[in-house]
Amino acid sequence: MSGTIQVYLLVRQIYLIFKVMGKSVFKLSTISSKVIMGIAGLFLMLFLCVHLAINLLMLLGDEGQMFGKAVYFMTHNPAIKIFEYVLFTGFIIHITIGVLIWLRNYFVRPIKYAVTPRSKTSCFSRYMIHTGIIILIFLILHFTHFFFVKLGWVTGPEGIDTHDFLSMSKLLFTNPVYSSIYIVCFIFLGFHLNHALQSVFQTLGLNHPRYTPFIKVLSALYGIIIAVGFSIIPIYFLFFHTV
Amino acid sequence: MNIKLKIWRQKNSQAKGKFEKYTLDNVSPEMAFLEMMDFLNQKLIEEGKEPVAFEHDCREGICGCCSLYINGQPHGPRERTTTCELRMRFFKDGETITIEPFRSRVFPVIKDLIVDRSAFDKILIAGGFISADTGSAPEANSIPVCKHHSDKAFDMAACIGCGACVAACKNSSAMLFVAAKVTQFTLLPQGRVEAVERVKNMIAKMDELGFGSCSNTYACEAECPKGITVAAIAKLNREFLHAKIVAE
Amino acid sequence: MATLNAKIPEGPLSEKWSKHKSGLRLVNPANKKKIDIIVIGTGLAGASASSALGEMGYNVKTFCYQDTPRRAHSVAAQGGINAAKNYKNDGDSVYRLFYDMIKGGDFRAREANVYRAAEVSNNVIDHYVALGVPFARDYGGYLDNRSFGGVQVSRTFYAKGQTGQQCLLGTYSSLLRQVNKGRVTMYPRRDLLDIVVINGKARGIIARNLVTGEIERHSAHAVVLATGGYGTIYYLSTLAVNSNGSAAWAAFKRGAFFGNPSFIQIHPTSIPVLNEFQSKLTLMSESLRNDGRVWVPKAQGDKRAPKDIPEEERDYYLERRYPAFGNLVPRDVASRAAKERCDAGYGVGASGLSVYLDFKDAIKKQGKKAIENKYGNLFEMYEKISGENPYETPMKIYPAGHYTMGGLWVDYNLMTTVPGLFAIGESNFSDHGANRLGASSLMQCTGDGYFILPYTISDYLADDIRTGAIPTNSHEFEAAEQEVKDKIARILAVKGKQTPMTFHKKLGKIMWNYAGMVRNEEGLKKALVLLEELKEEFWKDIMIAGTANELNQELEKGLRVADFIELSKLICMDALNRKESCGAHFREESQTENGEARRQDDLYAYVSAWEYKDNAEPVLHKEELKFEYVELKERSYK
Ligand SMILES: Cc1cc2nc3c(=O)[nH]c(=O)nc-3n(C[C@H](O)[C@H](O)[C@H](O)COP(=O)(O)OP(=O)(O)OC[C@H]3O[C@@H](n4cnc5c(N)ncnc54)[C@H](O)[C@@H]3O)c2cc1C
Ligand code: HEM
Ligand code: SF4
Ligand code: FES
Repeated sequence: MSGTIQVYLLVRQIYLIFKVMGKSVFKLSTISSKVIMGIAGLFLMLFLCVHLAINLLMLLGDEGQMFGKAVYFMTHNPAIKIFEYVLFTGFIIHITIGVLIWLRNYFVRPIKYAVTPRSKTSCFSRYMIHTGIIILIFLILHFTHFFFVKLGWVTGPEGIDTHDFLSMSKLLFTNPVYSSIYIVCFIFLGFHLNHALQSVFQTLGLNHPRYTPFIKVLSALYGIIIAVGFSIIPIYFLFFHTV
Repeated sequence: MNIKLKIWRQKNSQAKGKFEKYTLDNVSPEMAFLEMMDFLNQKLIEEGKEPVAFEHDCREGICGCCSLYINGQPHGPRERTTTCELRMRFFKDGETITIEPFRSRVFPVIKDLIVDRSAFDKILIAGGFISADTGSAPEANSIPVCKHHSDKAFDMAACIGCGACVAACKNSSAMLFVAAKVTQFTLLPQGRVEAVERVKNMIAKMDELGFGSCSNTYACEAECPKGITVAAIAKLNREFLHAKIVAE
Repeated sequence: MATLNAKIPEGPLSEKWSKHKSGLRLVNPANKKKIDIIVIGTGLAGASASSALGEMGYNVKTFCYQDTPRRAHSVAAQGGINAAKNYKNDGDSVYRLFYDMIKGGDFRAREANVYRAAEVSNNVIDHYVALGVPFARDYGGYLDNRSFGGVQVSRTFYAKGQTGQQCLLGTYSSLLRQVNKGRVTMYPRRDLLDIVVINGKARGIIARNLVTGEIERHSAHAVVLATGGYGTIYYLSTLAVNSNGSAAWAAFKRGAFFGNPSFIQIHPTSIPVLNEFQSKLTLMSESLRNDGRVWVPKAQGDKRAPKDIPEEERDYYLERRYPAFGNLVPRDVASRAAKERCDAGYGVGASGLSVYLDFKDAIKKQGKKAIENKYGNLFEMYEKISGENPYETPMKIYPAGHYTMGGLWVDYNLMTTVPGLFAIGESNFSDHGANRLGASSLMQCTGDGYFILPYTISDYLADDIRTGAIPTNSHEFEAAEQEVKDKIARILAVKGKQTPMTFHKKLGKIMWNYAGMVRNEEGLKKALVLLEELKEEFWKDIMIAGTANELNQELEKGLRVADFIELSKLICMDALNRKESCGAHFREESQTENGEARRQDDLYAYVSAWEYKDNAEPVLHKEELKFEYVELKERSYK
């Protein structure tokens, strides 16, 4: 019963957000839409850090005690509950604007150039929509396996408690197919983030001859850390850990 | 040297265009790129064909008339160079050179390689000026301007309005062009007075005309013949946010 | 002889303008709305006039042939703009600027006009700064000045080597502001092909829409020409490739007198011709002569690389001949000196038609950084074109056709001999005599547009407040349109073998050889014969590709070249008539023993104003030049 209500609420929320966003992208200036999208992205990036930190606790070798505690905290603290909604909204805002902006941009050049453009550009920035969609597909996959299980919308694997993420992870990651998909997706997320962090600085108007090169390095590092950090887990479970 | 050309031909804005191939012998490396085009046109006319329409005027890199998307780059392969400043010595003997018009829905083709860039004027009409009536100016030296700011304003004002930034951008965004003008004026005390209105009006016009949005890809900076940097775009974003959030 | 009244106001020189201004009639704001003005051209002159007239409340329609007003060739001016601000405390004043211009123009300009141009120069700078033009400044935040050819004070305001661009963008922005307010309507991509005169007054124009080919009629109560110079008569010049004399020629044919058509300045420092397809000569700013030293080898035909020629084997001929001004002598002097050296066989480069401009000493003294700061963009431009690095090897330069002091004759009110037809900026003849001093054209163009024309045109328009809109269906419009259409049909119908470019090149060669830096009777007479032949050939053998009702660049060129050929004849006639040497006009028959120009004030202290006659030779009128405030002197830069 509570599941149906939650689904209803969620669909409604998505609808409302799209409605507001749909309006805003056409009403909002291109700059404002980018800024909102960037801020949402920044928020997601913060979340990724927290998520990574918690995930890495799995590797502590304490039979998941710390990890368990962290998961318990994350699933039971009311503040985090709110945070979850905010996060969800963040995703939707980011994705909606991302897709709408991309559509706008795609249609400004009805006839494409015959010669592939040779201008020097930061290469990841050209593929944000592509890496973004890969992330989106992954997110759906990921949600079906973890988040929705927790919410009870999807039945998790037999015999595992819906809150026992450690066991679920072990089960999934020992599957080489899932692990590979997972790793590949995180590499693309890395690409996305490589451009994202420095891009958001620019969007917010922060460009400085002295600090911008540093931010670009930081941005690349952040992308690498997230991609490597998340990939360590399946690799660990695949090769170094036997259930 | 001998070269092969692949050039976009389009009768008028309604017609469907297509590429035509030409070969040109005895091109001298000292020739300017546009002189090569003149040479081609002479030859086409002599053969009873229609010459290729392309835009040009000053032929010294300052008026911003010349455009052309040459081998995948607006203004061709040399950095910080307009098409009219290009020389044939930058190309190889026997090379195939593909010439396309600047492509964007906002810059429709008028004929062959000529596009309509009047959208740029429209953006500036919306606010690209300082409102000083003739006769109202104070003595020039009554407003000292920090040399650093003044020099920077000059660098921004060096934009020739060629549209290469739009042509290079995967999104056809005009942000570099707009940023250069907004930055020039906001760096000067005379221009600060209307900074809020100016940036709002210009951005609103830019969006209304249908230019794409900036995705910080920086192709514009790489192709701008006058070296306008994307730092200007950051400044524009800052000015815009200030106008929208703080100033309101 | 028709009367040629320059309408110079009475009174002392320094009060003429202010007195005259206060006496001019005004049009009240409510009536201005009922008055239309057409402005042709969006360079400094046209853009500033359009915006000032728009601000006053007139309905302004502004035309240019480019796609946007910002591309007018004023954009290419490099060196700077003069004003008598005396910011350097070096004793400059309005009078001194006036005097320098009169002397620089070799005493062939009208005192009153020149004084006025100098007088409003300070307003021009104030206004540019208010419009956000980023002129160079010093560390205290105040405006910087540099010195420019032919003068001994520093009064030139500049923005690196892009002063014209910065000034033009300033006037352009004020023009766009009036478009925003609905006071100015822009008509870009239009070629002016004829001027419509109704009951003796200029009342409109016939223009060709360059995109659709449509012939359009536009009416107004007054027409202002600001169409720039016709230096492209030489084919190769520092002007824009599409610069033309057609507007001025159309005005001439409708009754406007042409003043001093043969006064054409040849600029001493342009990048020399590199190949036979060359379409344009790029100017290297005169300001370079502040630090660069001009030289050729002392030995004829010395083909060594410049760095291999030791100091004592170099002939710094400007410093040798003109010790007081050295490398900074006025343009005409520097150009002829270069030609003299090259003709004598001392020229350098593959063609032997160039001289060196060397920065070695300046770099040694001031450091590369300082030189880069001053001329960075010019050096870059040179490097791009020639492939040589001027920091390491001297530039090669040669004179090129540059500026036309001559133009439509105007009175003190800037009105031509056709009532209601005004000419401002480079398109008129008024302020530069026989030679223009560097950095004084930008000043004059802007002064004309912002601070002079708006007053004088109002005086004229005061009679028109009850006229009402001028209809475009009168038979004068009809006839003018038909004439234009006929001409287009005629040129298209020839279907010969030679393109407009071929003819333009042929024309350029004739003019450069016989009516260029050095002229003589025999040559000019020969040129007139050649031009007549060329004209005949043109109308028999011109080949215009395409049709009239589309974007057709060949047709545009063809029409321009046709006018150029006519205009060239007038230039040669004028040059032939003026047997003295003065300023840029150097007649071999009139020179001193050591080859300097010799003026003949008793015979030629007048402006030649030519009147068009249907099917007959143009008629010469003379406007005597009275010099009440300066003493006529031999111009000496020694
Ligand atoms: C390379 C170069 C460097 C220079 N440097 C300096 C300098 O440092 N200092 C200085 O004081 N002066 C300099 N000058 C001279 C100065 O730039 C010009 O004299 C001045 O800018 C002319 O301005 P203008 O407004 O009269 O005409 P332009 O700026 O030439 O404008 C002419 C306008 O008329 C329009 N037009 C022309 N013909 C037609 C037609 N038939 N139909 C419709 N429209 C037409 C054009 O579209 C254009 O808008 C330089 C000139 C050149 C060429
Ligand atoms: C954890 C996930 C994600 C994070 C942390 C993230 C972060 C970011 C950030 C910070 C930016 C830069 C924004 C700016 O410059 O203002 C960005 C850009 C972008 N993102 Fe994401 N993003 C994520 C997921 C997605 C997804 C799922 C999509 C979906 C389709 C997407 C599409 C885009 C696009 C298209 C851009 C480029 C927009 C533009 O510059 O025009 N992103 N992202
Ligand atoms: S910013 Fe650069 S590329 Fe864009 S219009 Fe200006 S000069 Fe051209
Ligand atoms: S033709 Fe003027 S910039 Fe190229």
